[in-house]
Amino acid sequence: MVSIDVWNASVDFPIFDAKTRSLKKAVLGKVGGKIASDAKVPIIEALHDITVSIKEGDRVGLVGHNGAGKSTLLRLLAGIYEPTRGAARTVGKVAPVFDLGVGMDPEISGYENILIRGLYLGMTRKEMQKRVDDIAEFTELGDYLSMPLRTYSTGMRVRLALGVVTSIDPEILLLDEGIGAVDAAFLDKARDRLVDLVRRSGMLVFASHQDELLFELCSSALWMDEGRIVKEGSLREVIGGYKGKDPFAHMSKEALERIGESPVLTTKSGEVQ
Amino acid sequence: MAEQQTPLPPDIASSRSWTRAFADIREGLHRRELWSHLGWQDIKQKYRRSVLGPLWITIATGAMVLGLGLIYSTLFGQEVKYFLPYLTTGFIIWQFILNCVTEGSETFISNEGVMKHLPAPLTVYVLRTLWRQCLMLAHNAIIYLIILAIFFADLLPEYTMAADGDSPVMPGLNWEVLLFIPAFLLLLVNAAWVVLLFGVVSTRFRDIPQLINSLITLAFYLTPIVWSPDLLASGGRGFSHFVVQFNPLYHFVNIVRAPLIGQQVEWLNWVVVIGFALVGWTVALFVMRNYRARVSYWV
Repeated sequence: MVSIDVWNASVDFPIFDAKTRSLKKAVLGKVGGKIASDAKVPIIEALHDITVSIKEGDRVGLVGHNGAGKSTLLRLLAGIYEPTRGAARTVGKVAPVFDLGVGMDPEISGYENILIRGLYLGMTRKEMQKRVDDIAEFTELGDYLSMPLRTYSTGMRVRLALGVVTSIDPEILLLDEGIGAVDAAFLDKARDRLVDLVRRSGMLVFASHQDELLFELCSSALWMDEGRIVKEGSLREVIGGYKGKDPFAHMSKEALERIGESPVLTTKSGEVQ
Repeated sequence: MAEQQTPLPPDIASSRSWTRAFADIREGLHRRELWSHLGWQDIKQKYRRSVLGPLWITIATGAMVLGLGLIYSTLFGQEVKYFLPYLTTGFIIWQFILNCVTEGSETFISNEGVMKHLPAPLTVYVLRTLWRQCLMLAHNAIIYLIILAIFFADLLPEYTMAADGDSPVMPGLNWEVLLFIPAFLLLLVNAAWVVLLFGVVSTRFRDIPQLINSLITLAFYLTPIVWSPDLLASGGRGFSHFVVQFNPLYHFVNIVRAPLIGQQVEWLNWVVVIGFALVGWTVALFVMRNYRARVSYWV
């Protein structure tokens, strides 16, 4: 049932400078006809001709340089941006965790933020009230939850956001980089919960620069560059291609054990076997 | 923007379709808990850490009405017992209209952060703004009830606004007070398209909120709120008639105000307000269909 399909989708951002964002040009521009079309607003092609299909049970990692279009793709999948060309369809209950500073109100308490975030994600007030204790326990924020959010550190905000999305049983979980801001102990706890959640309910798309985290949470990967998908396939293959070396070669033994992979599969020349 | 349409898979409605536009409105209405919570949160937020809290809304309006009422009734030689209820009611309705227009044009701009991080129908933000205005209105309505209680006996029989008795006779409070219910609902229907349309257009053209802010005070003085049209009548009927009847805001104010203070609603009020609702919603729906998906790109 749960699925994401994107057909030849492009996302173009118009960049309005102070002048073009006013009525003046739109009104005056009409007169000249052709000039108006020449004096078009500059456009940034954030995504170009993307076609992906993600099925239930898929755990996809997004890799790529800064500005490659990972976050924009996540927003497209969340339905925040509808493609300028092409089409996209997301079926299932989506829970995004993007940029962690925004989307939460710094002036209100952690509890209130939990409630509002839950309401945004399609829960009812009653359902959220039932989950508040669970979230409080998981995030270990305790009395801090009644403090305004502006007193929270970045890591505490991540805890809160992860607490909410993992408690509401979403079918599609979209995570942007930044969840790495939490400490190791909490990350362990969150990892278990995320893995469990994805096994149970569906789908994960996760953008990150941390190989270990990607290997622990994802099963396949997309490599993006300049708004296009460069490579699609197994995690090892794609990350190997992106980094130009086998990702396992530099991981600690413990990390590899946790992932359940055997170490060192590279040849002497450094190529992936 | 000229868009080159690639053939879509058959089962998906295009971003610019009525299906998607109406789905947005339907889902938005359905998420009542979200927008009602956000609307109330906005008000609590504004008065956070103040002792009296949202009661300040009531106090501010009360002070304004009392001050303006005493000054203008003296200036225009009107009787306070008729003029104060008139001004109070008009001013409260004006506040509602004013906020719908000014805050409506900021609906999406002020929600920029959330809109880029959590998916939600546009209608949710429209209803959040609208609900906030309704809550403000409810706080202001207390002033009306107080004024009404004080001057109830004076408004009950027939009366004339001006002290010299030269102006039209008002029927006084009777069952027609109930007309304020359909009138207010019509005002709400109009407020909804105003917030939606102005919100979308202002997101694209950032001059619109500035334009509105610079003209709205003038509109306040052009609309019979601190003065009554009867007053102009004594100067020159033709002119006053023109200024008042061709000001749509007059009709919106009067349709709700008149029943509440025992005055007659003109049939023209109903025609204009219903007409605006029809035309406004038609335009707003077209904008919704064509530009709904663009708003998140523009904010």
